[in-house]
Amino acid sequence: MDYFLPRMDTFVSNQNSLVSVRNLSFSRGPKVIFDNVSLDFERGKITAIMGPSGTGKTTLLKLIGGQLPPAQGTIVVDGENVHQLPRKQLFQLRKRIGMLFQSGALLTDMNVYDNVAFPLREHTRLPETMIRSLVLMKLQAVGLRGVKDFMPNELSGGMARRVALARAIALDPMMILYDEPFTGQDPISMGVLVHLIKSLNSALGLTSIIVSHDVHETSAIADYIYVLADGKIIGQGTPEAIRQSSSAWIQQFMNGTADGPVHFHYPAKDYFDDLLLSGKRY
Amino acid sequence: MIEQLQLLGNQTRGSFAKLGRGTRFLLQTLSGIGSVIPRPRLLLNQLYSVGVLSFLIITISGLFVGMVLSLQGYYTLSDFGAEASLGLMVATSLVRELGPVVSALLFAGRAGSALTAEIGLMKATEQLSGMEMMAVDPIQRIIAPRFLAGLIAMPLLAGLFSAIGILGGQLVGSGLLGVDDGAYWAQMQAKIDFQDDIVNGIIKSITFGFVTTWIALFEGYDATPTAEGVSRATTRTVVNSAFSVLGLDFILTALMFGDD
Repeated sequence: MDYFLPRMDTFVSNQNSLVSVRNLSFSRGPKVIFDNVSLDFERGKITAIMGPSGTGKTTLLKLIGGQLPPAQGTIVVDGENVHQLPRKQLFQLRKRIGMLFQSGALLTDMNVYDNVAFPLREHTRLPETMIRSLVLMKLQAVGLRGVKDFMPNELSGGMARRVALARAIALDPMMILYDEPFTGQDPISMGVLVHLIKSLNSALGLTSIIVSHDVHETSAIADYIYVLADGKIIGQGTPEAIRQSSSAWIQQFMNGTADGPVHFHYPAKDYFDDLLLSGKRY
Repeated sequence: MIEQLQLLGNQTRGSFAKLGRGTRFLLQTLSGIGSVIPRPRLLLNQLYSVGVLSFLIITISGLFVGMVLSLQGYYTLSDFGAEASLGLMVATSLVRELGPVVSALLFAGRAGSALTAEIGLMKATEQLSGMEMMAVDPIQRIIAPRFLAGLIAMPLLAGLFSAIGILGGQLVGSGLLGVDDGAYWAQMQAKIDFQDDIVNGIIKSITFGFVTTWIALFEGYDATPTAEGVSRATTRTVVNSAFSVLGLDFILTALMFGDD
């Protein structure tokens, strides 16, 4: 029966997608991270990639940004095949992509102001007065104009991430990639970030890709969700559709239950036999 | 037996692979140096942290090495009534050998380890990766200025080491042991050859600066991005730099002073 079904790549060729990933395969050593995966990210929308830790969500962002080469498949960003671009054009493309790293990745040897000014100073020849106005505007947008003279190590985790967000939008990109933006945030910072991602996306006309396993926050702002596990897409749709999914796996993931298709116990040999073995003292 | 052979093979392959990565890294760095020239500010900052901050350790070590040389030299030379040559002996040892070698070892310990730790931590905290995503090449922006700074700072520090050492030798020689001050300087002036001694010493220190900075930057760039990985890389920087400096010193000495 499978024979008559059209392949993924033929029927989901969405005209409006800014990023399209086709038949992507990627392995790290013997571990298969992606196995023939195809995804589309629509312009102007917030698309989320969800899945448990270790499913290669961050790897996907690195593949989209051209930091890793895929084993197979193509990734097209705004009409350009990322992995066939010469280095110079790849860098030109990256100027139009902002990325928010999980750690923030602020440069620790300069203060907040200089961090946000960094991409402007590297890529433009704007006079310092204009850079100052731009930096203050970006910091104002994330609500942190007041910390412009702080060093990164004086910021809380949530503030560092917001500063990194200000830096990511410094060059007015067309798209922002968020790597686990909500992990390890207190409820207030989390709320602030959820609000910021949503409002920046609509105010600046961005396209956002969020990689996350924070189910509630992500599904509150995403327009479309892909759920990845074991190198495959196991579910996709609007947040509502994902919540209504009949798949037991997705239900377990969305509700965070301890046992289900993903077992509580990591595979091990028989418990009783294991207990009878004599231990080894180091 | 087979297992040990496999292990040996793996290690050999690993070190060749690393040598290859290191060479590619060096070539990328060298081609990135051009981008530092229009931005002298980046270089100046690095010259400060690599050079100026090594000033104290180089000065103090130079002083003591010179003083000890003078002391030991005096005991040997005075047996032959040749203590007037003390200045020459101290200056030759310092300018030809101890200046470049000891200051390179100190440089690797002081500045090289700091470079490795800094770059390794930048890698571990995704700063290098973040730069790449901002379309800024970390080799050009971070590595190249540091490399150039090491290359410039090393001969200057070696020169400083030798100069302070000679002063320290004079301090002990004529101040403490009663060697004639005039003889100390005159013998040095007469016998130290610019080409043979000073230029060769400078060539040595430039070579050592090149190698230690390269090792330090590469170890940081190639470090496993964890706390343990960075600590291992820092250790490797100091150990490998010391071996390379001492080995190269032997080769360079054989080449430079072989025929006279």
